[in-house]
Amino acid sequence: MKLLIKNGRVIDPASGINEERDVLIEKGKIAAVEKKGSISESSLDGAKIIDANGCVVAPGFIDMHVHFREPGFEYKETIESGAESAAAGGFTTVAVMPNTNPVNDVRSITEMIVSIAKAKAIVNILPIGAITKGLKGETLTEMADLKEAGAVAFSDDGMPVSSNEIMRRALEYSHMLDLPLIQHSEMKDLTAGGCMNESIVSTELGLGGMPREAEDIMVYRDISLLPRTKGRLHVAHISSGNSVELVRQAKAKGLPVTCEVAPHHFILTDECVRGYDTNTKMSPPLREQWDIDMIKEGLRDDTIDIIATDHAPHDTVDKEVEYAKACFGIVGLETALPLTMKLVDEGVLTLEKAVEKLTITPAKLFDLDKGTLKPGSVADVVIFDPEKAYKINAAEFKSKSKNTPFDGWDVKGQIVHTLVQGKIVYSNT
Amino acid sequence: MQYSQKHLLGIKGLSKEDILAVLNAADTFKVYTQRDIKKVPTLRGRTIINMFFEPSTRTRTSFEIAGKRMSADVINIAGSSSSVVKGETLVDTVKNLEAMNCDILIIRHGEAGAAELAARHLSNPVINAGDGYHEHPTQALLDLMTIREHKQELEGQKVTIVGDIAHSRVARSNIYAMKTLGMDVSVVGPPTMIPADMEKMGVKVFHNLEKGIKDADVIMMLRIQMERQNKTFFPTLREYSNLFGLNLQKLKKAKKDVLILHPGPVNRGIEISTDVIDGPHSVILNQVTNGVAIRMALMYLLLGLSDETVN
Repeated sequence: MKLLIKNGRVIDPASGINEERDVLIEKGKIAAVEKKGSISESSLDGAKIIDANGCVVAPGFIDMHVHFREPGFEYKETIESGAESAAAGGFTTVAVMPNTNPVNDVRSITEMIVSIAKAKAIVNILPIGAITKGLKGETLTEMADLKEAGAVAFSDDGMPVSSNEIMRRALEYSHMLDLPLIQHSEMKDLTAGGCMNESIVSTELGLGGMPREAEDIMVYRDISLLPRTKGRLHVAHISSGNSVELVRQAKAKGLPVTCEVAPHHFILTDECVRGYDTNTKMSPPLREQWDIDMIKEGLRDDTIDIIATDHAPHDTVDKEVEYAKACFGIVGLETALPLTMKLVDEGVLTLEKAVEKLTITPAKLFDLDKGTLKPGSVADVVIFDPEKAYKINAAEFKSKSKNTPFDGWDVKGQIVHTLVQGKIVYSNT
Repeated sequence: MQYSQKHLLGIKGLSKEDILAVLNAADTFKVYTQRDIKKVPTLRGRTIINMFFEPSTRTRTSFEIAGKRMSADVINIAGSSSSVVKGETLVDTVKNLEAMNCDILIIRHGEAGAAELAARHLSNPVINAGDGYHEHPTQALLDLMTIREHKQELEGQKVTIVGDIAHSRVARSNIYAMKTLGMDVSVVGPPTMIPADMEKMGVKVFHNLEKGIKDADVIMMLRIQMERQNKTFFPTLREYSNLFGLNLQKLKKAKKDVLILHPGPVNRGIEISTDVIDGPHSVILNQVTNGVAIRMALMYLLLGLSDETVN
């Protein structure tokens, strides 16, 4: 089975291509990426042809931070529904966080996730194992076993490792396995009772504050542990301007630290919390314009390596409640491209650079054999129209949950087709 | 002057005209409350639900009396006896109450934003009777009414609010109201009890009581929550009282005709000494009296009744 994607603008940062090319896919792999019109259609006898005129053809996006809620909270999202949401957002590979119930902290759970994904998911699902049993921060998981079962990284996301000793040992132990630790950086004693950034807005709204120092202190602590432990640290969803600077300084010293940012953290400030819309409640919380400015600077100079959504589906029963009682988090997979396009429009990132941070860079950081259209690579491909303007409609999301603060926003940048192993898994037609 | 809002969810967002409309109407209603026969038929046939998810004596009773003096049917629901303890959400509870055709819902709740959440799901007026650390708008209105009675003018008055500002909805509502009316507001408390970026609300911040109340026309003392001692807010009540308790000696720094307000309940001898509570400057009980008039005025204004219906 052959498939030709013609007339599109191919952006493949890994091979330095950013021009009109035709892409030939054969047996689930990229067979050729050639000058426009140079692949003769007559030689393809019966190949399916996609006309990508006006669209970008890029490697499928990779999101290293999603929550698919299975097992345990299937009413919010399942691996199957999450994968459909991913495909609709142009993502062909996602890494699922272990804060399910039961927690993904033993081989059997990892294997179960892998097997459900194989049976039901239309995109690639990569499990992230827990750092500690039950995310309790007390005892290390059997990381070697988890890795063998398919874990690509370890994280206690949402329940950061607070013990200095445990974090030190986790970095040492994971170094042996050559896998990174992903830390949700938050000193919980500084955020206790909090549900938004601590600022004039929390003061006026009478909501408990979560100061950015809670993030900064843990980022600094984790970085401090790197030289001795030789572990690899990936800072999840960076939100504090100070933390961006800490990562920048650590990188300048050559330390093995990387980080990601979620789109809401480069677009929204805590001013959005006014009115108590619980779709503005996330952890880390929306911060201030200064933080956004620092984050954009971090994206420009590659201090911030990748964009990840922290896709956190919650049902209305978890969100249509008093602000302080609502669950943290928003869905992100189906809004990631148009929100990232805002960075391109503002000149923070070139389109090529934005694609890089959604494809080859996460692949490199997590040693994935993905994120490129080089001939011979697996044909995970996204085709999107960067100029197409439309209104975000949460009701149409493929995700089971619709918790987004971006509903009704006028945006541009629309996914047209998503392909996994050469097979079309999503089309917007 | 008319009250232009559908609800009273907070003072923030109200115009000077809105605030004065309530105060002026309350002055009228206060006259009724001082008659032998205190009841008027204005809200006959109306149903007012008083939903209190937090313990309260003063505010709940004040709303109840206000409604009854207007001849409304007032139903009290306490959080502990409501379906919320059975797991019902706040939104479902208020929708059910509305389905029984209540005309005004009064809500006191421990979480900030609860009144706004209720109002989003209701078509009838909602009065916020205190939501977490956010706002307690009727308290601010009755405080202003009390100050105006004694000082005639509100604009230019120098007010100092003392105590746990961070955890005070009374302080927030008063600050919004007083700034809107052109008053000069200072707050006093230990830095642990002053919330982030407080100055941006347009107030001066002091950590020294004598300095903070210097030349004040009005001092508003806030109740100190005993359970906050030994946590991270202050080491002991003894030290708090030494530094921030108001007594006759410290009171000399204020103006000679200073008014002392307190939203109650008072911890005698802790945030305020007995001789100040019971002394000539205290208008604490006037506040309570005015509370009823303010709440009558609000019910009247929110139901959009014309002047003739009062009599």
